[in-house]
Amino acid sequence: MKYRFSRKHLAIPYALFLLVFVVLPLIVIVYYAFTGNDGKPTADNLLNFFGDPNTLGTLLYSFILALVTTCVCLLIAYPVAYALAFSGLKSKSVLVMLFIMPMWINFTLRLTALKEILTLIEGNLAFHPFLNSVVGMTYDFLPFMILPIYNQLDRLDKSLIEAATDLGADKVKCFTRITLPLSMPGVISGVAMVFLPAMTNYVVLDMLYNSTYIMGSLIGSYFSAYDWHGGSMISLILLALICIFTLLTRDNESSDVRGGSLI
Amino acid sequence: MKKKSFLLFILVIALLLIYSPILILAVYSFTDATSIGFSGGFSLQNYVTLFTTPELSDMIWGTVALAFAVAVISTVLGTCGAIGAFYSKKRPQALIAVVNQIPVINADVVTGFSVCILLVAVFGMSKDTFFPLIAGQAALCAPFVYLSVLPKLSQMDPSIYEAALDLGASPAYALRKVVIPQIMPGIISGFAMAITLSLDDYFVATYTKPATFDTVSTYVVNATRGSQTSIKTALWALSTIIFLIVLLIALLGNVKKKEGRKAGAEQ
Repeated sequence: MKYRFSRKHLAIPYALFLLVFVVLPLIVIVYYAFTGNDGKPTADNLLNFFGDPNTLGTLLYSFILALVTTCVCLLIAYPVAYALAFSGLKSKSVLVMLFIMPMWINFTLRLTALKEILTLIEGNLAFHPFLNSVVGMTYDFLPFMILPIYNQLDRLDKSLIEAATDLGADKVKCFTRITLPLSMPGVISGVAMVFLPAMTNYVVLDMLYNSTYIMGSLIGSYFSAYDWHGGSMISLILLALICIFTLLTRDNESSDVRGGSLI
Repeated sequence: MKKKSFLLFILVIALLLIYSPILILAVYSFTDATSIGFSGGFSLQNYVTLFTTPELSDMIWGTVALAFAVAVISTVLGTCGAIGAFYSKKRPQALIAVVNQIPVINADVVTGFSVCILLVAVFGMSKDTFFPLIAGQAALCAPFVYLSVLPKLSQMDPSIYEAALDLGASPAYALRKVVIPQIMPGIISGFAMAITLSLDDYFVATYTKPATFDTVSTYVVNATRGSQTSIKTALWALSTIIFLIVLLIALLGNVKKKEGRKAGAEQ
């Protein structure tokens, strides 16, 4: 029988690729998370995580760090996105480009630059580990918060604001009743793009000499100790958190900007 | 008018905050100072060190080669996947879309760790083969190629392909001559995205790379854990060069966009 080419056959290699390198690794993680070194099924890894004040402390610390980072990012990104969308400048695309460009520079090199500046200001980075981590993460993730909010604000129908003004709404009311609610989808995808990396990107902490662990560092330490089972359990817990978070924040056309959207 | 200048003020402050560390580092990369804030004379020593230290130049070219290899593989896989999925039935299409979303939203630490555990712990593969590293980064990048190609397919006019078939083109020929050229912008931006992701990646690389190989990210992170000052300041030079390359690409892209708009206006 002769093979007849059809366009949908092109999906087969990619489907197999996803199966082997995306689905299978996750199955392996679930298997390893619930087995011990002897290969027998056990819930020890799970109990170890939830029974140990240290690991629970790590979970809490990552949560607080991510929360503070997300709030700081939002507080900076919203005015910037607003200014970008409403400045009425002709060279808007150049300005937007300037805010995207940092995403193309290797993040470890950007952190190196930030570290030098912080060292100059503070003298010794060891005095303010939490503050430095928040600053580092904000510096790293800010474009991911600016872009989706800007996209949403830029798309906003400006005549709505004019209509509200004509009907007697003041500026504050215009913002709280029109601009802010209509930009919420952008805010939500921005929060999703910042919160999760802030819980896991331990390189920021490492590079700024914050020796406290976050969830990502736990995987790193299990990896260094060749403890596949412990590491898998942490991965699984992170996956569960990511799932919950994604379910909470979906239902809006995600303006995905990771990797630096090349509009 | 008052409001406008206030908005501009915000933008300028934000840009200053974002760019000042990189720019200050760039200035210091041309001096012999070993720390920011110390005065030093003009010197190109950092740039000489960067290109003449084998350890550093190997790391740079290794990272670039890896990014290209990963981007080519991801682009081929992701583009074929997007075309195939787009013309498949609802169910397989939805399934691929869901699985494709996993590496996009998953934490990179988990992606890297899970690929490592499958290939190294379960299959017993050696990391020195580079296979885990390339496969891991491709698993991270290909879904983004898929996502950037897919919208181009739905924007395409399906009747052109049908017309090609009616005029006697084989499906494979019509695909090459009709479909691929139309989705080219999506393929190119997917490729560029894969390059950026691979260059920026630390987590997948650190879990899957051969012990003797370093990417820029893994090298820089190790270098901050105390190393020679000459290496530290040479990295400032690297940061400056990358910044200039990115700036150049952004400028070129902007000029192109303007030209495109002009051409569009003239038509």
